[in-house]
Amino acid sequence: MADKTMTADEVVSRLASGMTLGIGGWGSRRKPMALVRALLRSGIGDLTVVAYGGPDVGMLAAAGRIRRLVTAFVTLDSVPLEPHYRAAREHGGLALTEIDEGMFQSGLRAAAQRLPFLPVRAGIGSDVMRAGPELRTVTSPYADGETLVAMPALRLDAALVHVHRADRLGNGQYLGPEPYFDDLFCEAADAAYVSCERIVDTAELTRAAGPQSLLLKRLAVTGVVEAPNGAHFTSCAPDYGRDEEFQRWYATTPWPEFAARFLGADEAAYRAAVEDWRTEVER
Amino acid sequence: MSATRAEYCVIACAEAWRDAGEVLASPMGLIPSLGARLARLTFAPDLLLTDGEALLVRPDGTPEGWLPYRQHLELVAGGRRHVMMGASQLDRYGNQNISRIGDRERPRRQLLGVRGAPLNTLNNPVSYWVPRHSRRVFVERVDMVCGVGYDRAAGLGAAARFHRIARVVTDLAVLDFATPDHSMRLVSVHPGASVEQVREATGFELAVPDGVPYTREPGAAELRLIREVLDPVGARTREVPQGAGG
Repeated sequence: MADKTMTADEVVSRLASGMTLGIGGWGSRRKPMALVRALLRSGIGDLTVVAYGGPDVGMLAAAGRIRRLVTAFVTLDSVPLEPHYRAAREHGGLALTEIDEGMFQSGLRAAAQRLPFLPVRAGIGSDVMRAGPELRTVTSPYADGETLVAMPALRLDAALVHVHRADRLGNGQYLGPEPYFDDLFCEAADAAYVSCERIVDTAELTRAAGPQSLLLKRLAVTGVVEAPNGAHFTSCAPDYGRDEEFQRWYATTPWPEFAARFLGADEAAYRAAVEDWRTEVER
Repeated sequence: MSATRAEYCVIACAEAWRDAGEVLASPMGLIPSLGARLARLTFAPDLLLTDGEALLVRPDGTPEGWLPYRQHLELVAGGRRHVMMGASQLDRYGNQNISRIGDRERPRRQLLGVRGAPLNTLNNPVSYWVPRHSRRVFVERVDMVCGVGYDRAAGLGAAARFHRIARVVTDLAVLDFATPDHSMRLVSVHPGASVEQVREATGFELAVPDGVPYTREPGAAELRLIREVLDPVGARTREVPQGAGG
């Protein structure tokens, strides 16, 4: 069976400008930040990003890589409003297709099931109906005659997600209380790239955790990247919590300064720069 | 010992879940959270509450269920939930905005985004919490309709059969939509605030019945729960300072 392990840069080499890219996690929680950092080191841009947005969206927006964002919110959780995303929106140039959290889930589901749409009650009567030209309604053919939103499939060219453990074949495991929607992102995408805290033998996956923790099936996974601390600075419980201090610094530092200090070289350089920063603030 | 303004707000929020039965209480923000937990410890013992993440927890913190976001969104569609959300803008028919101020292409202020407001308002009872009652929040027209109001719901037919906005609680007052045209009505003012003050801080014509009562007093047991069990460090006073308003 195929060994799907690759580096973050190899993942990025398979992506291209203009793609529709889904990013897993939720807000500032278990985001595939190492993959996002690799993306930022590349020249890839003009992206349509589909995400429950957090600092992944903030960083890509600050670097001018997003043409259109499809989302229900962008937040850093402990910092309610994502400052770089806000700035990008308020200066213009970042197009937004705003949909409800539940519509988002239905859109991924429709894509995963190869359906053109799924009916949802969310959205009717609100201004999300005017958030893009593509939202249409569908009327129930049964006696109730209810008019619902026909949420179009959110088909993705590629998905990026981060989990706690994976094997070399692409079976992915989450160990915290919350799977988010990472399985749906992978199933809705033509190619799915999974970073993980640690690659382990397949047998190791179920030694300490139940089989229901096996969130990602290898048939929906294209590549596996070992990226310890790869969700930093978002939370990745139980392996680690959010790095609140660093996130605050990210949120209050001008983007060019942050990018120059942390995003110039590879992931090892990022980790070293974070350690230097920590030593500095603790002094 | 008399109650503080923040404590009247907690009581007023708690009342949103009276007679809600065995449903999920989803309070967003500190004062609504204190209200929901107070309701469960007193007059609404069957309520379900989360730890703010993926677990349903008993009052002592014991997990009693699992509710990841994927199931939470489905539970909303099933309707067994009463949410209290925030509102950056709210109009006289209860249309709510938490997304942006200004133009869609280039907003003056980009806020959170619609989050689950469209889903919530068409599927389960919704209330709102506004910690600063002002004309900036209570506006003639919201810049983007995230939560659906009564005027919008009126034309939706069967899709709006579960639409209900139960109440709006602010640092000054309690409001609802129990008027013939479902426009906002003043229900009570918190002791220390006045009807005139509420009118002054509202950017549209509010329905004000004769003889608006004061928000009810907390009982001694309720005050003890708020002060000793639910919020011993007094975080509520940071959200609503004593004698707040205007």
